[in-house]
Amino acid sequence: MAVIELTGVLKDYTTEAETLHVLKGINLQIEAGEFVAIMGPSGSGKSTLMNILGCLDVPTDGVYRLAGSSVGELDDSALAGLRNRTLGFVFQGFNLMARSSLEDNVALPLVYAGVSRSDRNQRARDMLAKVGLDGYARSLPNRISGGQQQRVAIARALIGQPAVVLADEPTGNLDSTTSAEIMRLFERLNREEGVTLIVVTHEQDIAAWAKRLVQLKDGLIQYDGPIPPEFRRHE
Amino acid sequence: MIGPLIGEALRAMAANRMRSALTMLGMVIGVGAVIMMLAIGKGVEDSVRASIASMGSNLFMVVSGAPQAGGIRMGSGSAPTLTIDDADALEDLDGVVAVSPSSPGAAQVVVGPTNWSTSVTGTTPGYFTVAEVKFAEGQAFDESDVRGATRVAVIGPSLAENLFGGDSPIGRTIRVNQSPFTVIGMTEPRGQAIDGRDQDDVVIIPVTTAQRQVFGTQVIGSVRFVQVKAEGPEVMDRLQGEMETLLRDRHRIREGQEDDFSVRNMTSIMNAAASTTAAMKLLLGAIASISLIVGGIGIMNIMLVSVTERTREIGIRMAIGARRRDVLWQFLLESIVLSLVGCLIGVLVGVGGARAVANATELKPVVTAGSVMLGFGVAAGIGVFFGFYPARRAASLQPIEALRYQ
Repeated sequence: MAVIELTGVLKDYTTEAETLHVLKGINLQIEAGEFVAIMGPSGSGKSTLMNILGCLDVPTDGVYRLAGSSVGELDDSALAGLRNRTLGFVFQGFNLMARSSLEDNVALPLVYAGVSRSDRNQRARDMLAKVGLDGYARSLPNRISGGQQQRVAIARALIGQPAVVLADEPTGNLDSTTSAEIMRLFERLNREEGVTLIVVTHEQDIAAWAKRLVQLKDGLIQYDGPIPPEFRRHE
Repeated sequence: MIGPLIGEALRAMAANRMRSALTMLGMVIGVGAVIMMLAIGKGVEDSVRASIASMGSNLFMVVSGAPQAGGIRMGSGSAPTLTIDDADALEDLDGVVAVSPSSPGAAQVVVGPTNWSTSVTGTTPGYFTVAEVKFAEGQAFDESDVRGATRVAVIGPSLAENLFGGDSPIGRTIRVNQSPFTVIGMTEPRGQAIDGRDQDDVVIIPVTTAQRQVFGTQVIGSVRFVQVKAEGPEVMDRLQGEMETLLRDRHRIREGQEDDFSVRNMTSIMNAAASTTAAMKLLLGAIASISLIVGGIGIMNIMLVSVTERTREIGIRMAIGARRRDVLWQFLLESIVLSLVGCLIGVLVGVGGARAVANATELKPVVTAGSVMLGFGVAAGIGVFFGFYPARRAASLQPIEALRYQ
């Protein structure tokens, strides 16, 4: 069964002057274990799609089923629970808590899941080791490089063993070498751990790491299929 | 859930030390002021109570004269209408333990080269019963001294110290307005009277001697006031009426005419004083409470700034699974921690301030557990009350907009 299932999803934004149809009928299925890149020019609706996939926003019409739950029918609190248990987020700007140690940053989703402190710390250390940052548990985010911060963010996204990890321009703030390292980490997590990954990007060499490409244009899916051969990874 | 959030709150405070300190300062001052003001109020109340109690609550004060002369009413005590005979008559009433007719005045007291201005009271032996005087040395004068107008004196300990240094005053001669008196007794320390007079800096002599040899020109036999000590509080109301009737009778005051004396009841004076001090306590408390509220507004102000500054953080927290009530609690706890820490310091400041006042002045502030608890309770309440609005604002942010906030 598909972990993500969008059927006829519409999203309108109403301003005083006009109603904008940002998503005009999206049908999309993503199976567990897939690695999908979403591309599209600005204004194509990819941020809106990402917000809906991330349960930060709900469709105006249509059905979004995430891991079996129909998202449109949930209230704020249930959406928060769904984000906590089912989704992991990686943002362009890393978005770590500046005052908290890396360990506490990684463990933060578990705080909201009600996991005990000792359990949280153990799992956070294991996860930091998995992204190659063992020994940094007590450091603060401003003591490490951007690439390392993004690894911490990935560890945080993964710690709740989510069904899907959503990465919104995860390499947007990184140089190309570090970007490749981050994408290699994603690729390994997908291959070895079976993590379902959705990456929004506007760079072909980033999308090239994925196995499937979804291209949006003007609120509709323009292309959905394998990565075109002209997309080259920047190793 | 609460545990890690308190950690977050402390971390947030530590991250903005200066701001947290300034915010807490409002609470520190507020709580400190409440505790100190209540302590001072309580101290004043206690000292007023103690000094009234030291005079005895079974006392009547009969003051002579509020006479009218051509329609101009004079103050009480301004005409010598009470006499020693009036006092004797009052003593015969049922339920009266002792009376003391008194003629007070000021005089210069001389011993050898030393001299001192002090208050001199001419009275009868009843005075020592009425005022419950205890003797450190020597004894009181008696009725025969009053009848014979002998020149004997009882003095207070601070006067004795002034005149004789550490030596025993008994048997020594003092000159009061030129007349020589033999000191036959010295009282134990009695402290201040309700009106602030030092009851230890006094000369007490027989009333007859005072009138004939010290103050001179007064109408012989008249006194300024008479203190009457009753058996107990239960006879006070009855005695008051009987005393007024007796004195009207003796002074031949007809029905409808105004009394030329007034009978004051110490219990009513005590009640009046108690309600005055209670009002003062309330006033002090109210002023201090205003500073607490101002402190609370300071907290609200800073929390609003904090919520705006941390909008993005709130968005991230919501994205990774914080429910609205988690965010609400996070900010609410932060303001509660701020106000409680401020309150804790405020308690220390208040107690320290009360100590300092006790050391520097004659006031004896009393810090009660009640006032500390009140300060704490109000501070916690203010933390919740003024913290709720900013916390609500944080919790009601939309995650997408909060994440987009720069």
